Amino acid sequence: MTIMTDPPRGSFRLGMLLSDTRYRSITLQAIAAIILAASIAYLANNLASNLSALGLSIDFSFLGAPAGYDINQTLIQYTSQSTNLRAAFVGILNTLLVAFLACVLATVFGVIAGVLRLSNNWLVSKLMAFYVEIFRNIPVLIWIIIIFTIMTAVLPGPRAFRGDNATASMFLDSFAFTNRGIYTPAPIWGAGSMVVVWTFIASIIGVFAYRRYAKNLLFATGRLLPMMWPSIAIFFVPTILMFFIMGQPIGLDYPELKGFNFKGGIKIGAPLIAIWFALSIYTGAFIAENVRAGIQAISKGQTEAAGALGLRTGRITSLIVLPQALRIIIPPLISNYLNITKNSSLAILVGYADVTATLGGITLNQTGRAIECVLLLMLFYLIISLTISGVINVYNNAIKLKER
Amino acid sequence: MSDQSTNSVAYVRTQDVPPSPPPSTAAGPVKWVMDNLFSSVANGILTVVSFFVIYKILAGALPWMMHGIWKSPSLAECRNILQGESGACFAVLTERWNQLIFGFKYPNDLYWRPALAFFLFFFAAAPVLFFKLPRKMLILTALFPFIAYWLIWGGSIFTPLLALLGFVAGYFVYAKYVTGSFAIGFFGGIAAAIVVWTLGGYIIPDNQVTEGVMRSVPSRDLGGFMLNMMLGVTCVSLSLPIGIALALGRQSSMPLIKYICVIFIEFIRGVPLITLLFVASVMLSYFFPPEATVDLFLRVVIMITIFSAAYIAEVIRGGLAALPKGQYEAGDSLGLDYSQAMRLIILPQALKISIPGIVNVAVGLFKDTTLVSVISMFDLVGMIRGPILASTDWNGVYWELFLFAALLFFIVCYGISQYSQWLERQLATGHR
Repeated sequence: MTIMTDPPRGSFRLGMLLSDTRYRSITLQAIAAIILAASIAYLANNLASNLSALGLSIDFSFLGAPAGYDINQTLIQYTSQSTNLRAAFVGILNTLLVAFLACVLATVFGVIAGVLRLSNNWLVSKLMAFYVEIFRNIPVLIWIIIIFTIMTAVLPGPRAFRGDNATASMFLDSFAFTNRGIYTPAPIWGAGSMVVVWTFIASIIGVFAYRRYAKNLLFATGRLLPMMWPSIAIFFVPTILMFFIMGQPIGLDYPELKGFNFKGGIKIGAPLIAIWFALSIYTGAFIAENVRAGIQAISKGQTEAAGALGLRTGRITSLIVLPQALRIIIPPLISNYLNITKNSSLAILVGYADVTATLGGITLNQTGRAIECVLLLMLFYLIISLTISGVINVYNNAIKLKER
Repeated sequence: MSDQSTNSVAYVRTQDVPPSPPPSTAAGPVKWVMDNLFSSVANGILTVVSFFVIYKILAGALPWMMHGIWKSPSLAECRNILQGESGACFAVLTERWNQLIFGFKYPNDLYWRPALAFFLFFFAAAPVLFFKLPRKMLILTALFPFIAYWLIWGGSIFTPLLALLGFVAGYFVYAKYVTGSFAIGFFGGIAAAIVVWTLGGYIIPDNQVTEGVMRSVPSRDLGGFMLNMMLGVTCVSLSLPIGIALALGRQSSMPLIKYICVIFIEFIRGVPLITLLFVASVMLSYFFPPEATVDLFLRVVIMITIFSAAYIAEVIRGGLAALPKGQYEAGDSLGLDYSQAMRLIILPQALKISIPGIVNVAVGLFKDTTLVSVISMFDLVGMIRGPILASTDWNGVYWELFLFAALLFFIVCYGISQYSQWLERQLATGHR
């Protein structure tokens, strides 16, 4: 039996840098580092010489200069005299707004389509398969344009609502569907409205507290309290009571036709609706497939075992199938949310002022600061993506089957 | 006994009664309808609603399509013929067919060249897609990029020929040395190719580049669906090897190489493709040497390739991770070095597992090629939004054009996904 020892230092030869596994990885990494440094230096050198030839430099001071353009849909105060930075911020908020709205609606579409695709109704399941295949196989860009075209070409203009023989009328006298967008009533927050809002928030907490209490009681004593009706009562009754006690502080501001356009209420512009709806229905098709896969992945033995234990169908779904299916559905669902956020950059196509349109579009073209704008744009999307994938990782670790 | 019974009983049936058909509610179409469409009240309501939706769609779309006008010089003329009736004006497709397919700048008399390249593409792709075809056809696959380049861009034949020579030289050097060591073969091959290209660059005179049998076409003249196809095919095929390299790098035990790959992949996957296209259109030229002029097509190809390589790398990483650890250990215990183990044992299995994912990326990428219309390249969507809808003849004819574009993409993407499902069934060897 021999005892392995390190070879004496004197025996080191240059060839061992490649042939000896102890040194080879260091050699290869050194080569990689040199190549990386050389290419970065080469690109940076090219950049510097190109910029100096054009008399440009990397400079972010343009962000403080007035933007000089108007944005049709803003969530915060903005005028054309505001800075480019504020325009970018308006764009960021608009991106987040449309991404959030589309995530909610896409989940609704996806869950409905995914569940219905498993329905034992032949016609419905074929119809849902058709929806999924049609929307997954056609570029989202084409869908955005088609839906924007429907919005602008099919819906009537505001002038159709005017006069005695108007060709269009408002839905319930409060919603106007026009080719410029949808006008809905806006809430007016009167004095004391905050009390109502706080009551509402407190009652949401109350619902959770009640459910938790009922669950603990069930585990401790085996007594099953009713869940649904008390929850609904806690959710609605205190808020409605408080609303009338405070003297109806929250009113509605209805949109009205004044001159050539609607005034008052909230305007949801046609571009926002087009990109919102297109992203939702497109991503909904992908989510439907995730939902279907998640439900189908639960083996039939689970359902049958639950049935053998005497559980009813509703409880089998909520206690056995859903918790296991959600474990499979949620990670791809979150990555679909990430896709929605990234695809919302296509809003530039229909003129919705998201961050790609403000920072990467108008600001870039007006100031000519291509490198700075594109870098900031990438940074923003990168932060969003890394945050969302961080959430996925946390979730995956939380639901991981603890094997011992 | 039997005699007795014949005598004592008036009538005994000696044959079976033929079974009577089941009641109409328990078999045939009625049962099918009861089971599949009206099995419960809720299902019945769903069925009725679905029929209503289908009826609404068909009632709107069918007359519109049936009354379609296929021959007309402009939309105004079309509406004249229709006289207020609902009807599609498909004439825009026949009138502008060449523009939709080839773009509006490609020379009219040269349409046969990309068409021929497209035709050859099927023969080049066939042996890659269908393993049962004769392996000799792979020669055409190897030659196809050079033939297609020459056909579409034209110019001197020496350019693609020289490129081909470089690859041939590289391949021979690789084949000679790969049995000794993969690294020597690989880098030797690259070196040989570079030597051939450099030497060839001196031999071929520059001014001959634009001459020759085939008139040369600049790449800014490419457009239409041809551009989508070219971008899709080129970028997917280029990104496969890069994706494999990135996936292997991400699995590497060497921290520096691993982190380079991780940062690269996460960065590319974290930003939308449209920002990368902005990089291609406004930023990338700053990073080339001042004297070099790299045209927009090539810059877009670079960025889309990088983009899809990052996604393919993640798919292949999934395939590598799904392989049982015993496969890696078996390779080690046989005494194979890293490149041999990867080439002979790991990658063939990992790639097989990754095929559905790779096809998903390919379909997604092909759909994403429409994004180039945002940076004012005239692909199919760009052509529709730009020159065709802006022309006075066809201003306002949205549905026909976008439905046509949707149909083209649907055919290609659906075809690819069906192929992938077929391939999965072919490759299923049972142990997975």
